[in-house]
Amino acid sequence: MRRRIVCNFDVCIGCRLCEVYCITSHSRFPHDVLKAFKLDGQRPVPRVTVEEEGVLSFSVSCRHCQEPECTKSCLTGALQLDAELGIIKVEEERCIGCWTCVVACPYGAIRPSPGERKVAVKCDLCGGTGEVPACVANCPNEALRMEVWVEEG
Amino acid sequence: MAITMKTASYKIIRDHDRCIECLVCVRQCSNGVHRWDEDYMCLVSDEAECVNCHRCVVFCPTQALNVVASPLDFKTNANWRKPDIEQIYLQAETGGTLLVGMGNDRPYPVYWDHLLLNASQVTNPSIDPLREPVELKTFIGRKPDTVHFGSEGVEGEFPPQLELDVPVMFSAMSFGSISLNAQKSLARAAVETGIYWNCGEGGLHPEVRPYADRAVVQVASGRFGVSVDYLKSGAAIEIKIGQGAKPGIGGHLPGEKVGPEVSRTRMIPLGTDAISPAPHHDIYSIEDLRQLIFSLKEATEYAKPVGVKIAAVHNVAAIASGSVRAGADFLVIDGFRGGTGAAPLRIRDNIGIPIELALAAVDSRLREEGIRNTVSLVVAGGIRNSADVVKAIALGADAVYIGTAALIALGCHMCQKCYQGKCNWGIATTNPYLTKRVNPEVGARRAANLIRAWAHEIKEMLGGMGINAIESLRGNRLHLRGIGLGPKELEILQVKAAGE
Ligand code: SF4
Ligand code: SF4
Ligand code: SF4
Ligand code: SF4
Repeated sequence: MRRRIVCNFDVCIGCRLCEVYCITSHSRFPHDVLKAFKLDGQRPVPRVTVEEEGVLSFSVSCRHCQEPECTKSCLTGALQLDAELGIIKVEEERCIGCWTCVVACPYGAIRPSPGERKVAVKCDLCGGTGEVPACVANCPNEALRMEVWVEEG
Repeated sequence: MAITMKTASYKIIRDHDRCIECLVCVRQCSNGVHRWDEDYMCLVSDEAECVNCHRCVVFCPTQALNVVASPLDFKTNANWRKPDIEQIYLQAETGGTLLVGMGNDRPYPVYWDHLLLNASQVTNPSIDPLREPVELKTFIGRKPDTVHFGSEGVEGEFPPQLELDVPVMFSAMSFGSISLNAQKSLARAAVETGIYWNCGEGGLHPEVRPYADRAVVQVASGRFGVSVDYLKSGAAIEIKIGQGAKPGIGGHLPGEKVGPEVSRTRMIPLGTDAISPAPHHDIYSIEDLRQLIFSLKEATEYAKPVGVKIAAVHNVAAIASGSVRAGADFLVIDGFRGGTGAAPLRIRDNIGIPIELALAAVDSRLREEGIRNTVSLVVAGGIRNSADVVKAIALGADAVYIGTAALIALGCHMCQKCYQGKCNWGIATTNPYLTKRVNPEVGARRAANLIRAWAHEIKEMLGGMGINAIESLRGNRLHLRGIGLGPKELEILQVKAAGE
């Protein structure tokens, strides 16, 4: 089983609340937007980005690809498929911040973390805890949904 | 910007302790009120452009925003109130007619709020709708003069009827006046809840065709989008003579709203104004109306009810009687609180009469003439909740149309600026950047929820009155009592005073 978040661009209104709630859920105060932005000195970067061009807008986060470029390119093996959760995860301890994955990802879904020791961060489906990810739960127009699919072969 | 004597109507209060500078408000306001200022390095708001639609307030993730009426004081004067003065400034500047959206908001009496419902006590016990069935089914259309029963039940031809699971329908809102996503939401909700929606005078867009068998198709003076195929695809046909928000005034969809989709659906050239003139140029008498009614029946092989929609005006009862005699299967009466995308302000606020009085007058007149049984009465214009529906039915309506209430269910915050085409809630606009703000899935769910909620409440009220079918309440004015009304009003409503 594999999972990822898909965006229906017909109804994505480009509000970027998905980014706000993604930041919040990865902050020291995962359930409080205000505290996350006001009190977390090292506010995380959003792991989802909204792309906009004219009337078109859609949010994109890690596709948790079937044939991921990032895991293939990672020098230390920090990026791996977590077979249990069905997503691609970063093992922060092993990341050396070489940004090979940032270059390799065709979706631009990986970015450097803030802070002293920079590591690659990307969508982790909010920890893969089974809870509805923050962006999906808080998209005001129900443009986002979790797609679950079974790997071929 | 040049100095204008018109001052801002609203004040925006931003709590900087709560604002996280996410700029959601900036992106959501189509009026460009909020902006990030590079020099101040903070958010600023140009209040003059704010229409108080609450989009930014609702979308702010930290509840940092509030919009309030501008505290700017005008010298207290009982005759010259703030809006009167502001309207003159505006007219002196533009030289134009004042336009507004949505319904009449003047403080005329709301008769629904002066009518009280009955409840049974001791005798004729009340019914618990959770344990016993309460029937809300309603049929709209002509009823036969005589009915013959045979071994198989009713025998012979029965005139075409609309079957409603709840005595509520979505009133006419054309594609163009509202967005396709908004129309789709209502159409889907109507199908889901077993009621009907009305496509307005704009034709049927291919994407709402799947819901056409639950659609009332409209024929207005502009004849936009009307073809035999269109007439046949709907469940019923409604001839629009008048509209509560602007009696005596035609429809006008400005050219800017006539994009490729609207132009195709309405069958008019791109970018041209869609003008539905006030009169139908083939109707100058009841006989002419009869001709149109029967042309439409002929074109659809007498398989669909054909109705006539008129605005509630001074001699509404006589007009209604004439329309019934001209062959209308149902009559729609739209009171002066009915909404619209755009109406001249003076017309909207001063012409027409309240739907409650019009309904009572029409129902009484049709009964006196012995023709009430041949027609269904649908009323519209400011129906706000399920109690209004129950009172309307007790006053004599078969069903009600809701427009504004349905749009509020989709998110409308009643800023009354629909005519600007910049509806921040994606409803009264055809701008593709804004229309995607109504997700038809979400919209359909919300509109259907509203109908279901009202259906529950109507059942509860009926149960309380000891009535188990809405049919038994129709025109039963003994279940109503008036409060705070004068003798003449009670006489027109044919309702006893509370305590009587
Ligand atoms: S929250 Fe939803 S609608 Fe808003 S930008 Fe993100 S995906 Fe689009
Ligand atoms: S949406 Fe709210 S928090 Fe975000 S910038 Fe606007 S006022 Fe501030
Ligand atoms: S127009 Fe609406 S979105 Fe814009 S500032 Fe006013 S209330 Fe907010
Ligand atoms: S439909 Fe839109 S523009 Fe019209 S009143 Fe409602 S929110 Fe305002």
